[in-house]
Amino acid sequence: MIRVDTYPTHKYKEFNLRSGKPVPFGATIVPGGINFSVFSRHAKSCELVLFKKYEKEPYASIPFPDEFRIGNVFTMIVFDLDYENIEYGFKMDGPFNFNEGHWFNKEKILLDPYAKAIGGRDEWGKEPDWNNCFQYRSRIAFDDFDWEDDRPLEIPMRDLIIYEMHVRGFTRHSSSGVKYPGTFAAIREKIPYLKELGVNCVELLPIYEFDEFENSRISPVTNERLYNYWGYSTVGFFAPKASYAATGKYGMQVDEFKAVVKDFHKNGIEVILDVVFNHTAEGNENGPYISFRGIDNKTYYMLTPEGYYYNFSGCGNTLNCNNPVVRNMILDCLRCWAAEYHIDGFRFDLAAILGRNQDGSPMHNPPLLETLAFDPVLGKCKLIAEAWDAGGLYQVGAFPSWGRWAEWNGKYRDDIRKFLKGDEGFSGAAAQRLHGSPDLYNRHYRGTCASINFITCHDGFTLKDLVSYNYKHNEANDENNNDGSNDNYSWNCGVEGETDDDGINFLRRKQIKNAISILMLSQGVPMMLSGDEFGNTQNGNNNAYCQDNEISWLNWNLLNKNYELFNYFKKIIVFRKNHPSIKSSEEEDYSTHLDNGYPKISWHGIKAWEADFSGTSRLLGMLCCGKGENGYDFIYTAMNMHWEMHGFELPNLPEGYKWHVFANTDAKAPNDIWEAGKEVILENQNQFLVGPRSVVILVGK
Amino acid sequence: MSEKFIFQTGKISKINLSGKLDAVNAPLLMEELKSLIGQDVDKIVFYAKDLEYISSAGLRTIIFAKQKIGTETSIYFIEAQESVTDVITMSGLDNFLYIQDSFDE
Repeated sequence: MIRVDTYPTHKYKEFNLRSGKPVPFGATIVPGGINFSVFSRHAKSCELVLFKKYEKEPYASIPFPDEFRIGNVFTMIVFDLDYENIEYGFKMDGPFNFNEGHWFNKEKILLDPYAKAIGGRDEWGKEPDWNNCFQYRSRIAFDDFDWEDDRPLEIPMRDLIIYEMHVRGFTRHSSSGVKYPGTFAAIREKIPYLKELGVNCVELLPIYEFDEFENSRISPVTNERLYNYWGYSTVGFFAPKASYAATGKYGMQVDEFKAVVKDFHKNGIEVILDVVFNHTAEGNENGPYISFRGIDNKTYYMLTPEGYYYNFSGCGNTLNCNNPVVRNMILDCLRCWAAEYHIDGFRFDLAAILGRNQDGSPMHNPPLLETLAFDPVLGKCKLIAEAWDAGGLYQVGAFPSWGRWAEWNGKYRDDIRKFLKGDEGFSGAAAQRLHGSPDLYNRHYRGTCASINFITCHDGFTLKDLVSYNYKHNEANDENNNDGSNDNYSWNCGVEGETDDDGINFLRRKQIKNAISILMLSQGVPMMLSGDEFGNTQNGNNNAYCQDNEISWLNWNLLNKNYELFNYFKKIIVFRKNHPSIKSSEEEDYSTHLDNGYPKISWHGIKAWEADFSGTSRLLGMLCCGKGENGYDFIYTAMNMHWEMHGFELPNLPEGYKWHVFANTDAKAPNDIWEAGKEVILENQNQFLVGPRSVVILVGK
Repeated sequence: MSEKFIFQTGKISKINLSGKLDAVNAPLLMEELKSLIGQDVDKIVFYAKDLEYISSAGLRTIIFAKQKIGTETSIYFIEAQESVTDVITMSGLDNFLYIQDSFDE
């Protein structure tokens, strides 16, 4: 049967038209044509501009007939378009008045805010023709990818081990050994490696379309071009970055990225996206017209009463997240990624901004965050907040959550770093962090899984650099070393940077093992930075946001050189998986003791059952007890962050149980860590001499 | 390129691809493939030795072949050049077609 509504009712030049459907926004394939729909509250009129793919000049411009406008939505169906081969944009006419926040310019061709594929920048680092009037071209995306039986994995938070990575940096280095370095496709080749490491979730730095040429310049220090490499500056929220796809030049980026997600899922690995809703690539008052500014500036951005952009993001503008229209766009965007790309969760960059009112003030119950927490489509997605912003709002432990939102635990990072480097008086803080930060996250309301524990992430030193540098070395960024954090709580182990000193290198490896041991033994959700497992370095650069070169690319040669580290990471991850008692408590089980009388978690010092939380302490013992199918499970961890050796009295075990060594970071490889189940029985069951700056992990069985 | 892509129809249908399969000629291939719908085709064999380039429009016709002609129909790509098989693999199409050096009936 041919439906009547598949026939045109209007004609404009050679184009057949019909009034469109206002929702969904964007371009949607309908029988016989394409439904276009775009919101603007303040525009007087709108035109659809059509291009043949790759052509500079448009071949047609079709005004939305006024009788097709519904409310503040311009919508129409255009029939018989060769949708495989067109690109489109909008022109909006309306008031231009800076003080009132209106920036309409009917000459500008604007990207569809809902574009699901974007052309124009298909190859990374290829300098665009800046005279081109339309840089980012909306394309029609297809939803015909064959997912077979795939679905988001829904791994419980308590079992998650997150690996944070940059799509390009992960394989761009010549040592990566992949066919198309730096692309989505290349990641697929590395999935067996990630499986061997044992992580079950990757968190990708921004993969939305962004402009690597934003603020691009030549560094006078290195004479290399500096790029917007991290990509925390969105051009299009609904489209994967074309130049991250090896097939981007064929316009197949949507399929290539879906193929990566599907492959990850087949291998038991979830995919979390780092999403940036706090600002866009249009920058401040001097920035370019890409989309929002020309479509409805006043709706999409937070403006001062005088019409300037608020800058809570530190990047020139602030998306007006709690305007209901923008809020819905964010929701539509996340739903799209969850439903069409099977994404497992989201990490929200500078998420505190999402809780700011339209005048910038923090809200008590931000409607956007509440909407996301309760949205049916996002119902099983992980929601993770970076709970601060560049405007001074710091909400770690206090981010509005409705029991759904987890947080990057910045206090975990800082306290564990201080403890690791031997600052005195941090044993108590370390105990809180190992325990899932109950001082920050109420156990009954939010639980330990609200805490995403991390010691390193893309923003800051790599783990190798954390133990190799006292100071940041960001000269290559061309900002006089003023950028990047000064509060790194790092220690170089005796000399700044690379050294041939065996003693220092041994200590650095030990500190790396100490760090990953503490991370993997902490309740909450561990997150590690990619490359830390083989000692990847950025040569002391703690803010490599602009370094698309060997500073930030993972050097896979180090995997061989530092196989000892990789081996340690691998085994400690298996250990965490095998011992549920070191993960967070079972849901809805708030008991503190087992039926054998042992506390589930207890703190110790030089003497068993006597933790030293004094202002001079650098020592901590932790005993975790659980009950499994084969009896009780005891794990005792002695952490000596003092530069001298200390004897730790061991807690007594029930009859029939003996202490066995699983790991001792003071021992030289291969005696630093043992295979699961092959732990070595201790001769002295009463005391363990823990070397200077060392972690020892014992198993009672 | 010959006017017809399909040079054998039946349970095993054979198709010749050469030069470029892109926005210009993919719609023609699509029209020919539509004639196979409902024809009880077991296997569709694309001979691709001389195919130099496949665009997204070309790839979509392959997807069409798989999704519309029959879920039980197997798709074969024979002697395809590396640049073509790479695009097929990277866009995830390798999951539902066989890339082979030759085809034995």
